[in-house]
Amino acid sequence: MFDLLGIPPQALFGQLLLGLINGSFYAMLSLGLAIIFGLLNIINFTHGAQYMMGAFVAWMLLNYLGIPYWGALILVPVIVGATGVVIERLLISRLYHLDHLYGLLLTFGLALIITGLFRNQYGISGLPYGMPSQLAGGQNLGFMFLPNYRGWVVLVSLVVCLGTWFVIEKTRLGAYLRAATENPTMVGAFGINVPRLITLTYGFGVALAAFAGVLAAPIYAVNPNMGADLIIVVFAVVVIGGMGSILGSIVTGFGLGLIEGLTRVFYPEGSAVVIFVIMAIVLLVKPAGLFGRAA
Amino acid sequence: MAANTHTLDLPAVGRPGAIGMPTHHKLIFLGFLALALVAPYVLYPVFLMKVLCFALFACAFNLLLGFGGLLSFGHAAYFGSASYVSAHAAKVWGLTPELSILTGTLAAAVLGLAIGSLAIRRQGIYFAMVTLAFAQMVFFFSVQAPFTGGEDGIQSVPRGHLFGLISMAPDRNLYFFVLAVVFAGLLIIYRIIHSPFGQVLKAIRDNEPRSVSLGYRVDRYKLAVFVLSAALAGLAGATKAIVFQLASLTDVYWTMSGEVVLMTLLGGMGTVFGPIVGAAIIVAMQNYLATFGAWVTVIQGVIFVISVLLFREGIIGVLSKWLKKPL
Repeated sequence: MFDLLGIPPQALFGQLLLGLINGSFYAMLSLGLAIIFGLLNIINFTHGAQYMMGAFVAWMLLNYLGIPYWGALILVPVIVGATGVVIERLLISRLYHLDHLYGLLLTFGLALIITGLFRNQYGISGLPYGMPSQLAGGQNLGFMFLPNYRGWVVLVSLVVCLGTWFVIEKTRLGAYLRAATENPTMVGAFGINVPRLITLTYGFGVALAAFAGVLAAPIYAVNPNMGADLIIVVFAVVVIGGMGSILGSIVTGFGLGLIEGLTRVFYPEGSAVVIFVIMAIVLLVKPAGLFGRAA
Repeated sequence: MAANTHTLDLPAVGRPGAIGMPTHHKLIFLGFLALALVAPYVLYPVFLMKVLCFALFACAFNLLLGFGGLLSFGHAAYFGSASYVSAHAAKVWGLTPELSILTGTLAAAVLGLAIGSLAIRRQGIYFAMVTLAFAQMVFFFSVQAPFTGGEDGIQSVPRGHLFGLISMAPDRNLYFFVLAVVFAGLLIIYRIIHSPFGQVLKAIRDNEPRSVSLGYRVDRYKLAVFVLSAALAGLAGATKAIVFQLASLTDVYWTMSGEVVLMTLLGGMGTVFGPIVGAAIIVAMQNYLATFGAWVTVIQGVIFVISVLLFREGIIGVLSKWLKKPL
């Protein structure tokens, strides 16, 4: 076999695949954050906890009710999304007339509550969640070995991200949403129920996080802290990309995942911080973010 | 741009133009001092020193949020890195405690300058996210760096001798030193808030475009208050490392950043004395509820939610409204 820059291709492509998978999660989570921010003007700090809830609810469905992975993939976003709707109606909706920072503080508090409750109930050691048998095994692509499940994660997240982009940019519902982001009062005057649109948007963003959680369950151990560290990296992704553009969030998410993977090959010590370094550079060169609108 | 029209429930600062400290503030400071001098004979000194360090930490954080209007979600970076540097200085370089603490404080100021100059390029929510992300970078650095001891942290840091003379090993000796450091820190913060610099900060907080149009170099003021806040947070962290003879990853983790936000929110953002009260309550709660494990996190979350929904002025903020006096 040939070597690329002294790195065996299996290692290179293996890390790139890993990067692509991390990128899938960055993309799905930052997309949810961007959609919620667009309409609600709050940063949903609970997003990481809701991603974790997604993985846990999938585990519960399997272990308490015997519902397998495929059912969870449909049911979990609905269940966790519904909790999001309740949270928005009961709590977040009381803060719209206040400074955005209160939304951040409230959702941070909610994240502490949810994480703490799961930690009490299930400990922090992590629970195993089996891979669906249909996706076990893998393909030998010649230059690398591709586990089926990992390929599936990348494929599905791409489909979900592009589907979300399509709904928001190309459909009537999406047009309402974009209009309400620009000018909620005007859209309300045209007879569209803006508060309901806001509630559903929050529910959808949360469902997206939960869906990512189900996808993550068979790869990472299901544990209460899985969302907390991830969400901070996703915040950096959001700062780098800027939250102005849906497609921008998706591209930034996958791109940064790949860069992280490459760093792990060439300079492993830097892989944990590379995204933050990129954030610093972006802040210096283009403070509004790569796809952001200048403030 | 909504970031310019702050609707944070922040009180006015003192009496603009008034000279000297108002009498009731003098009384509170003296009362605090009297209480603090008696306390070590009643309560466990190490617990009290923890309260003092966190009170200073929260006041330093409040300087940035309450008076600069900047919500940093990564203040653990300065608290924690100062704690590492001060522990390293005391243990490896063998410096006396006061020099170790100064070294730690300086390190936090430098870090604050580096992160602050990047973070002030964004506003509002983005500012919070940027500071949080950089703090996480400092955390990852602390996990990997050779001198931090990874998961173990820097343990059994010597308390040493103050000025090379007075042994700091007895808890009470150390307590009075810590009290002096913290009290000095609080007075510095008080002075900053009520200086002309502090008044400009408040103007920027309340209406940034107007401050710009009045000719103030807003970014310089923001950076200055950021560095001051980071340095004072570092002073708290460096002192804490000497007290507990330990610097660990807990001090740089994001949960620590969250705790200081909670202390300030609970006590009263933008009040002079609120963060001290908030810090005392949260530290006492952690101390007495420690046996409940993860429930402490849940309770903290609940306090967050209640504070934001019902109680945005905080304890001292509400009290100050009743008494009709700025506290």
